[in-house]
Amino acid sequence: MANLRFESVTKSFGDVTAVDSVDLDVRDGEFVCLLGPSGCGKTTTLRLIAGLERTTRGIIRIGEEDVTRVGPANRDIGMVFQDYALYPHMTVLENIAYPLKVRGATTAARGERARQVARSLQIEHLLDRTPSQISGGQQQRTSVARAVVHSPRVFLFDEPLSNLDAKLRLEARAFLKRLQREVGVTAVYVTHDQAEAMAIADRIAVMDQGRIVQIGPPLEVYRKPRTTFVADFLGSPPMNLIPIRYREGKLEHTTFQLPAPNRTVDLRGLEGEALTLGVRPEHVILCGPDEPGSIAGEVFGLEPLGPETLVSLDVGGTLLVARIFADDPPVLDGTAHVRVAPDTVHLFGSDGVRID
Amino acid sequence: MPSELQDDILLTRRTGLTLLSPTFVFVGLFLLFPFAWVVVISFTDRTLLGAGAANPQFIGLDNFRQLFDTQTWMHSGEFGRSLVLTSYFVIASLAGQVTLGLGIALAFHRRKGLLRETIFTLVTLAWILPETAIAFTWTSFLDPSGTLNTFLAALGLPQPDWLLDAPMASIVMFNIWRGTAFSMLLFSAALGNVRPSYLETADVLGANAWQRFRDILLPMIRPQLTTAIILVTLWTFNVFTPFLLTQGGPAFRTDIMAIHTYRIAFRYFEFGLGSAIAVIVMLINFVLAAIYLFALKRGEATR
Amino acid sequence: MNLVRFVVVRIAFASFVAGIAAAFALPLLWLILAPFHDQATLSVSLPTHPTLDNFRDVFGNTFAVRALFVNSVIQAAGAMVLTTLVATLGAYALSRIRLPGRDIFVYVLILFSSVVTGSAAMVPIFLLVYRMGLIDQHLGVILVFTGGLIPVALFIMRDFMQSIPRSYEESALVNGANQWQMLRDVVLPMTRSGMMVIGIWAFVNVWGSFLIPFILLRSPERMPAATATYSFYTEAGTPVITLVSAYALLYVLPVLILYLFVNWKYGFQFFGGIKA
Repeated sequence: MANLRFESVTKSFGDVTAVDSVDLDVRDGEFVCLLGPSGCGKTTTLRLIAGLERTTRGIIRIGEEDVTRVGPANRDIGMVFQDYALYPHMTVLENIAYPLKVRGATTAARGERARQVARSLQIEHLLDRTPSQISGGQQQRTSVARAVVHSPRVFLFDEPLSNLDAKLRLEARAFLKRLQREVGVTAVYVTHDQAEAMAIADRIAVMDQGRIVQIGPPLEVYRKPRTTFVADFLGSPPMNLIPIRYREGKLEHTTFQLPAPNRTVDLRGLEGEALTLGVRPEHVILCGPDEPGSIAGEVFGLEPLGPETLVSLDVGGTLLVARIFADDPPVLDGTAHVRVAPDTVHLFGSDGVRID
Repeated sequence: MPSELQDDILLTRRTGLTLLSPTFVFVGLFLLFPFAWVVVISFTDRTLLGAGAANPQFIGLDNFRQLFDTQTWMHSGEFGRSLVLTSYFVIASLAGQVTLGLGIALAFHRRKGLLRETIFTLVTLAWILPETAIAFTWTSFLDPSGTLNTFLAALGLPQPDWLLDAPMASIVMFNIWRGTAFSMLLFSAALGNVRPSYLETADVLGANAWQRFRDILLPMIRPQLTTAIILVTLWTFNVFTPFLLTQGGPAFRTDIMAIHTYRIAFRYFEFGLGSAIAVIVMLINFVLAAIYLFALKRGEATR
Repeated sequence: MNLVRFVVVRIAFASFVAGIAAAFALPLLWLILAPFHDQATLSVSLPTHPTLDNFRDVFGNTFAVRALFVNSVIQAAGAMVLTTLVATLGAYALSRIRLPGRDIFVYVLILFSSVVTGSAAMVPIFLLVYRMGLIDQHLGVILVFTGGLIPVALFIMRDFMQSIPRSYEESALVNGANQWQMLRDVVLPMTRSGMMVIGIWAFVNVWGSFLIPFILLRSPERMPAATATYSFYTEAGTPVITLVSAYALLYVLPVLILYLFVNWKYGFQFFGGIKA
């Protein structure tokens, strides 16, 4: 059990800065997801924790111990790789027991422990098989078993579910979360799938271009995105981002106007500026044309997905997506009207940063 | 994510160099050192026995002068003559091996089955079976009353005493037989990598077999063609096996480079002279290899 | 018109194939027939009384038997083991550490090995082995062969190494292994097929090579089959064909069997056009 800390860690590959002076504080037993698009630096960050990359600058601490110069073998971590990296010439048992073998445990002792772990992961019946003889989901569990077996201080996951099909992914996701809870080990999990991160993380660290843009509990990051980047990344479909201008107490779009919401900052200083209005699709409500604050738009698309229907409206060149929850999908054609409640609206400055 | 592991974490530089040290030792000792030493010896009058062995003297370019002495070098059994014979040998072998190899590869392109396996096996065995055994069987094959002449007699063709009357033709045939497998396998693999859709498109467009070959297959196997040509040239230039058939004779008529070098160094024990020959051989090889690399680079540039 | 062309193509193909088959099979006829002929000569004839006497005589010749079953095996196996080991470790290092010009290194080595092979380097190799006191020793032959085989072996092995994803080694490190454990437990087992290719290739190469043992060995006790084939002479100086043919057949048998085995198990794979 240990906490994990990054102190201004930077990693450069030649001219490219993959991780840019990152500070990170993961509490003991916490499950943190590194979330972001490819190339954002999340995998490099994970590899830095593992010791598979050396820092260019900065300090990494595990359990308050400075491990920046320590090799991966001595950091006492468990890691699940994206391709599982199960040794094809060893049986499942031997694979799981390997971390114990290199630490000098006797054959009997490590066999015992490996069996125990396999049992808790429900793969005990596969111990004599080789990795090529078991399914993808079972390989994944074996990989997890191997990461757990020597009771590491930190768990690392590098997109462990991306090679599973959709249904397995959901099962595995719940399984991993429960496992981490039970074992109580600090975990860092890399993914580009925002739903996955929302589902399992205690905190999500959204990364972009080598920096952590925002870190916080899933709902907080979802409800209060700090930048348009975060707003756009979380949520499916993503938050509607509409370019508007602040003029005389109103948010002006080419085709509609809305009263400006209350903010702690004095908005009058932003007179005439181009801002971004953000509203989540679930907060866009269908209404009649005569209701106050209604916005008119051309129906661009209608996607009945079962429990919800996605309605896309062309509002003066901007696409606005609404999620309608109703048993019967609305019958819409031509023009439709929607409204948004002022307290569900987000406001971002010209620099993309949230205005609170 | 860069694929280069730049930080020496998988393998520290020290471990890596430790792993490489046996390679360095072997290569240094048995490849680089002999190369350097040959050059040194070529400037001496060293021999195996006698004064030249006890006290080799530095004689500068004398060995080379002797080799290129225009008065004598084209005489039978001399260096210049050997160069000429070797060139003929290499060109004829090259032409034979490459065309035959390509022909077989094309004939069996996209065909499978017992026939293909049998032919490929026969040709490959000709390449990999031990040379002394093969030399004996070829001596029999070329014997005045051997298989070849029996076959020719059946066709009503003349049956020369091959090893005596047509020794160069004999070793050329032998070398083509021995080496075709390399080209065949190389081209076969290259042709196999050509996507069937390219050829099918050509079919649909109405191309005949020759056009298909010339316009689609040939350009696509150009790098392999280059590889085959240069490697076969290098190997044939240095091959020693025909010695087992003719010993370089009769009367030095098949005195190709490798045999010539052997004779000078280990029959006449002229190490200095033999080394000089070796140096020239190596220079020629380097030039050929340079041409190869150049052609390869050019090939890459046009891709 | 199409039918005529079809038939012509068929006939052309058939004659070509027949020609190739004949050209490549006929020279081998002697090797198949002569050993069983009680009066074998250099010309080929069907044995009137097929016999195994020739083989019996060969086995009666202890020197020849030792050459084939002991010396050839020692030299070929020795070079095989040494080459495989050195090349595997070297190729691994080359594929994982950052060394300037490591790609060119291999190509230059190959160039050197084909240039410096046998004929050109005969003299210094001879002198070198002589200075090392290894003339007329198995070890001398093994070392020289290994030196010549390593460049191409490196080339082939490097291909194999590139295809192993680094995540296997990384996971070994993360699991607590040091570099040597990683090498032993993960890397070497995973390159087994590559090592087999090189091993077989090295073995076949040395088994069939004449020049190096010819130059480096003196006494009959050390001669491998390659040179021993030339020692079946009568007092008059003519080769005893019955013995030579039987011996030659025995000599080629291991290579034939190896080839058929590899072909059956793996299909013939061709790496970068190197003799495999």
